[in-house]
Amino acid sequence: MGTLEQTVETDEHHGPARGITRWFYTTNHKDIGSMYLWFSLIMFLLGGCMALSIRAELFQPGLQLMDPNFFNQMTTMHGLIMVFGAVMPAFVGLANWMVPLMIGAPDMALPRMNNWSFWILPFAFSMMVATLFMEGGAPNFGWTFYAPLSTTYAPPSVTFFIFAVHMMGISSIMGAINIIATILNLRAPGMTMMKLPLFVWTWLITAFLLIAVMPVLAGVVTMMLMDIHFGTSFFNAAGGGDPVLFQHVFWFFGHPEVYIMILPAFGIISQIIPTFARKKLFGYASMVYATASIAFLSFIVWAHHMFTVGMPLAGELFFMFSTMLIAVPTGVKVFNWVATMFRGSMTFETPMLFALAFVVLFTIGGFSGLMLAIAPADFQYHDTYFVVAHFHYVLVPGAIFSIVAGVYYWLPKWTGNMYHEGMGKLHFWLSFIGVNITFFPMHFVGLAGMPRRIPDYALQFADFNAVATVGAFIFGFSQLLLVYNVIQCIRVKRHTTAQVWEGAEGLEWTVPSPAPYHTFAQPPLVK
Amino acid sequence: MAQLQNENIKLVRKLVLGCLLMFGFGFALVPLYDVFCDITGLNGKVTRTGPAGPMQVDRSREINLQLIAVNNEAMPWQFEPITTTMTIHPGLTGQTAFLAYNPTGQNMIAQAVPSVAPAEAAEYLQKINCFCFERQALEPGQSMEMPLLFVIDPELPEHITTITLSYTLFDITPQLQANYSAGQPSMRRFML
Repeated sequence: MGTLEQTVETDEHHGPARGITRWFYTTNHKDIGSMYLWFSLIMFLLGGCMALSIRAELFQPGLQLMDPNFFNQMTTMHGLIMVFGAVMPAFVGLANWMVPLMIGAPDMALPRMNNWSFWILPFAFSMMVATLFMEGGAPNFGWTFYAPLSTTYAPPSVTFFIFAVHMMGISSIMGAINIIATILNLRAPGMTMMKLPLFVWTWLITAFLLIAVMPVLAGVVTMMLMDIHFGTSFFNAAGGGDPVLFQHVFWFFGHPEVYIMILPAFGIISQIIPTFARKKLFGYASMVYATASIAFLSFIVWAHHMFTVGMPLAGELFFMFSTMLIAVPTGVKVFNWVATMFRGSMTFETPMLFALAFVVLFTIGGFSGLMLAIAPADFQYHDTYFVVAHFHYVLVPGAIFSIVAGVYYWLPKWTGNMYHEGMGKLHFWLSFIGVNITFFPMHFVGLAGMPRRIPDYALQFADFNAVATVGAFIFGFSQLLLVYNVIQCIRVKRHTTAQVWEGAEGLEWTVPSPAPYHTFAQPPLVK
Repeated sequence: MAQLQNENIKLVRKLVLGCLLMFGFGFALVPLYDVFCDITGLNGKVTRTGPAGPMQVDRSREINLQLIAVNNEAMPWQFEPITTTMTIHPGLTGQTAFLAYNPTGQNMIAQAVPSVAPAEAAEYLQKINCFCFERQALEPGQSMEMPLLFVIDPELPEHITTITLSYTLFDITPQLQANYSAGQPSMRRFML
């Protein structure tokens, strides 16, 4: 743990180490943040290829490209990779890069643990992806791995999946501990809690969610491991266990998990909109309290994922109303964003475009969530494409768009160069059009009764599925523009100022662009 | 600096402790859900077992009891109730039985797991003796009548007129783990 001292005591102009070992041994928050982001990009493209293979199979009815077992492996791996490999590491990478810069800290509080929490990930995901090449194939039971499908009927590779989940859980927990320690202990003098930028606030709350629920995920996969190999019967009715118990424990983790994937997104959007509306964020304090309320509520709504397991009426009602309650703090946030833009001097650079699309499309996803929260109606929607449409609307134009918005917003600060605005806008419009063509028709086929997780479907769903597949390929291939834009921004010298954006405020815009290897060796004074 | 390190270490200790507690809490959820279901009677599990105390027989109404026998997947036994429906006054001890037959050439052990619908009725059904209390063993070709002795509490809410009692029979014969046979080359087809 001596590294933080070294960082602070080293001369400000001391640069990074040379060679490949720089990346293995680095304890620098900027290096580690970059590695997280590159890792996430690779996983995003890999998970995206799996999504495209799913959509290709669903382009028309009948079995064309793959057998159903492989299709199931694709849906499972797509979900796991996108949730644990793309979205979560991207947010941790952004936190690594930006949290110390935003609070005036020289580095993360625990730099060596930071290195470790990143380097666990490539090994965890190598193990997970390797299951595709094992006998019996990769996990094929869906990313929610319901028992007994994931225990009694699982392929042998499930054990590798369990250990991969353990490892990524340890990585997330270490990352969360680091972020909490940084925010609570390393703020610059004068940076009080209610002056923290909202990205920092949302990440602080997210980190507490991670610490609360990742151990529960570790617990549930450990129970699976014991059921499979050590003869216990947690989820086996013959031995006195209960398969429904799995769903309760899993969703006790799973619902806070979906907020882990969206709260930092709220934070990013709350940074970007004020910058391009050239106004202070409307209702800062209410944003903080709304985030905390959403985090609290996430612990008491888990069973809305399992309305159809045969819960008693009292349970259905409780989970229905508590779920609907979440719309209140979320609505506060959406109205605050709109109020921030109201009568602002708005401009529409790429980050702002993605942020605006986030507000609109995330709200659509939120509304379909409210429809799903209605317990009696959920019996029709449950496990249909309506659910697929709902969570892709909150995760793709929600979490992913916010990450992309954040990348375009902070990329000039990271590289010192401006990205190509025209190419950025092209990327936005192709993504925006592609994402809606892909996921909007899924609402219709879902309401009409098309079940999720099937490789073949009834003929009446053919047209909308063909449309969705076309949209998916537009969206998927337009992400190559993101890769192109990032690489071009690194390579083409188009120098930018420290402030970068006219309306940008906050400590991160006071350091030069590109941000020097060591920043805030002397803590800034925040007034 | 040293002071900051101390603060960091203190905070990390607390957070790691929090993680360990939550890991334990994950496992604690297993009994907690059971306790919760016991207290609220929400899960349709019959918790009243053993000898019944004296009860007032309510001759003013009759309850339909439906009996269902289900084999869990891969359970080869024949398993059925001797009668599928019976009517009984609350407070009166009822007796019936289920038939089991082992058609295989092996000694087998089975466990029946009960469930009651509607769940609200579960706490008013008292099983005095039930074959589901213990494991049932059958030799090859052997059959057996498995008794069930029960009483329905006269406190049963008026609106419940029919109770369904279902048993699922599981094969719990100790055996080597079945080999996973579905090692199809699913990848190959996709790649070619």
